[in-house]
Amino acid sequence: MNQARLAGARLSDRLRSSGLDFSILAPLIALVVLLVISSLASEYFLDLRNLTNIARQVSYTGIIAIGVTFVIIAAGIDLSVGSMVALVGVVLVYIINQFADPVQGVIIGLAMAVLSGALFGLVNGALVTWGRITPFIATLATMSIYRSLALYFSDAGEMVSTNSLFPEIGGGYLLGLPIPVWTFLIIAVLAHILLAHTAFGRHLCAVGSNAQVARYSGIRVQRIILTTFVIAGACVGISSIMLASRLNSISPSDAGVFYELDAIAAVVIGGTALSGGRGSIWGTVLGALILGVINNMLNMLGVSPYLQGLVKGGVILVAVLMQYKQSR
Amino acid sequence: MTDPIIRTHNLCKSFGPVSVLKNISLDIQPGEVLGILGENGAGKSTLLKLISGVYTPTSGTIEIQGEAFKQLDPILSRHKGIAMIPQEFNLVPTLKVYENVFLGQERRRRGLLDKATMRAETARVLKSLKVTLNPDATISELSVAEKQMVEVARVLVNDARVVILDEPTTVLTDREVTVLFDVVRAMQARGVAVLFISHKLKEVKNLCQRLLILRDGEQVDLCDVADVNEDDMARKMVGRELSQTFPEKQDHPTSVALELKNLNIPGLVRDVSLKLHHGQVLGLSGLVGSGRTEIAEALMGLRRHTKEKLVINGKEPVIRSPSDAHAAGLAYLSEDRQGKGLVMNFSLTENITLLSLRKYTAGLISRSRERRQAREFQSKLAIKAASLETPVGLLSGGNQQKVYLAKLLDIDPDILILDEPTRGIDVNTKREIYYLIRGLAEQGKAVIVISSELEEIIGLCDPVLVVREGRIAAQLTGDQINEEDIMLYAAGARETAAGTTEQQGITP
Repeated sequence: MNQARLAGARLSDRLRSSGLDFSILAPLIALVVLLVISSLASEYFLDLRNLTNIARQVSYTGIIAIGVTFVIIAAGIDLSVGSMVALVGVVLVYIINQFADPVQGVIIGLAMAVLSGALFGLVNGALVTWGRITPFIATLATMSIYRSLALYFSDAGEMVSTNSLFPEIGGGYLLGLPIPVWTFLIIAVLAHILLAHTAFGRHLCAVGSNAQVARYSGIRVQRIILTTFVIAGACVGISSIMLASRLNSISPSDAGVFYELDAIAAVVIGGTALSGGRGSIWGTVLGALILGVINNMLNMLGVSPYLQGLVKGGVILVAVLMQYKQSR
Repeated sequence: MTDPIIRTHNLCKSFGPVSVLKNISLDIQPGEVLGILGENGAGKSTLLKLISGVYTPTSGTIEIQGEAFKQLDPILSRHKGIAMIPQEFNLVPTLKVYENVFLGQERRRRGLLDKATMRAETARVLKSLKVTLNPDATISELSVAEKQMVEVARVLVNDARVVILDEPTTVLTDREVTVLFDVVRAMQARGVAVLFISHKLKEVKNLCQRLLILRDGEQVDLCDVADVNEDDMARKMVGRELSQTFPEKQDHPTSVALELKNLNIPGLVRDVSLKLHHGQVLGLSGLVGSGRTEIAEALMGLRRHTKEKLVINGKEPVIRSPSDAHAAGLAYLSEDRQGKGLVMNFSLTENITLLSLRKYTAGLISRSRERRQAREFQSKLAIKAASLETPVGLLSGGNQQKVYLAKLLDIDPDILILDEPTRGIDVNTKREIYYLIRGLAEQGKAVIVISSELEEIIGLCDPVLVVREGRIAAQLTGDQINEEDIMLYAAGARETAAGTTEQQGITP
């Protein structure tokens, strides 16, 4: 009995020190189970085109979820990301249409999209740090503000790009994979390195776990929190590029609606605690994939779209309950 | 003499093999104020916890109004009229005074709250205490002293027969203390017995009729206050040999490491100057709340302050944040290990390298170099842990403290400020930490130790500064460093004596 426990402890220590992240085991198993069920439930599920489609769908919210993971690890929350998708999209399409040369337009438009996303994130971060407004309230306000600005600048109408190169980004393929999926993967790798292997990532976890300890340790707590919102904003900028270029347009009233919920759901399902202090990018990626597969499966099985929210909500609850049990 | 409200008979308490309270036989009369004196760890709070039912006695009995109990529980004790007013108040800041007074025991009429009665009763109790306080005021708007009054009112509407006040004056100003004393006397007039715990001998002398003095868990004396003076009290509290847990003091103070002139923190610290040499362990003694920690936090750039001059190793650094302080060669061990010291869900390794992360980072963190350094500290400080990856929250207090020390040492600081370095840890680890501190001084580092434990200050430090109410009350060296003198200065029973070098640097 005792020996078994000792062996168990030793095993868990070895797993921990092996650098393998323990916490993503649960979402990984969940995803595998879901894949098996889905492939049994529908013969079209494993169709390459279907799988590619899921991956592409997932990448829009997945990229945002990665950004939001940083905010949540710092014990914050960002509700404004959905509205920000629309506002960045409007800025992006407007700028692109100003240039006659398609290459020039795309380069400048893309840069401006990422920059404006980062800027909107900076506004969130400034409200939270200098303004001392709790993240929930601050980003609830900017959620409303960003959506409103997007509607105003576009006159609430769909903005269509006239650039011939632009749709190639979201619709294009590289080595058989859609470009948004590549982007998602690259961002995930970079974000993972930033979180798990740099001083910034370590400091971020310290801030989220106990801001007071971080302050006494000489960590610039406010700057770290500000940075998480900027990262989230930049990720929104990239996601907005993928989405707008895929559709070759942006609809300020529909784009990004409920993305904040999908992003937070992906983070939570991926095992990152909303209380902050610890988190994993791969967990978030898995969380986003789980949500994508569920959506796809329900569609293929002909389940009423009105019921899809119910399933999604159920999955979130199960994920959180499992974490709660684990932490006790 | 009337029948006592409480009588204890040979009350003992031990935790495992450690005996913390031995054979306390005590009687408490209605309407008396009984002072309880003793150093930290003398057993005061254990005794109170036995009476209020938090702990179960190992042997002995507690008699309440003639009824003998082998053991109590908090609810039973409360039911029998024993109420404790803790140092940290249990009030809901968003609720009103009368709502807090009746919290958990609300008066109802036909299922609804009877606010009128509760308001009236609160007003009546406050009036009987001669306190002017609006029952409708919100707690968060009140001063600390007023909150204390609300706590008192709360136990009185509960018909408490015995009220325990645990160091109630540490948080009060002189004027507020006067008001509190009037309230205590008003309670006394109602026939309530008050147990008054304080470190301030003058207050005890003023307020109490009788005195229980504890030392190392034993009842040293139970006497009338009129029969003893403050010097006697101090002597009885501390009359003990210093045990050999301390390494020999071998001070070879060399160059000046830190010189501070006229530090001021509004409302907390006034005109504090000190001079610290390499190779020295300087003690900052004084009561909790006297401003010791605030001095350290100001030095670390954690608190707004003004000062005339701060020289560290010949330079005058600008310190606005802990990272500035670290760069200047300072490191600070907070008294609040869990709240300000360690990240509980971080591993040993991650905690040890949190201040010094730059050393291990060339773009990316080198995990293997981190782990190598952590392993070195683990063996050097004998840190007991399942592995270096174990979250520090799972370690014992003593091992956590060692990790915390390792965290500071990893930036190789020149000056260490250690605030209650052995709080809440076992005797053995304490000893190890004392030797570690002494070893650091011998390596030529400068160390400041802030401690409430006199034994620690005396065994470890030379010179010793006694802080009282935000000022340096005395600077003691050599033979002047003894428990009696420190206690007298700290408690304000003695003003700075002639002949002590005051406010000036101590010559090595």
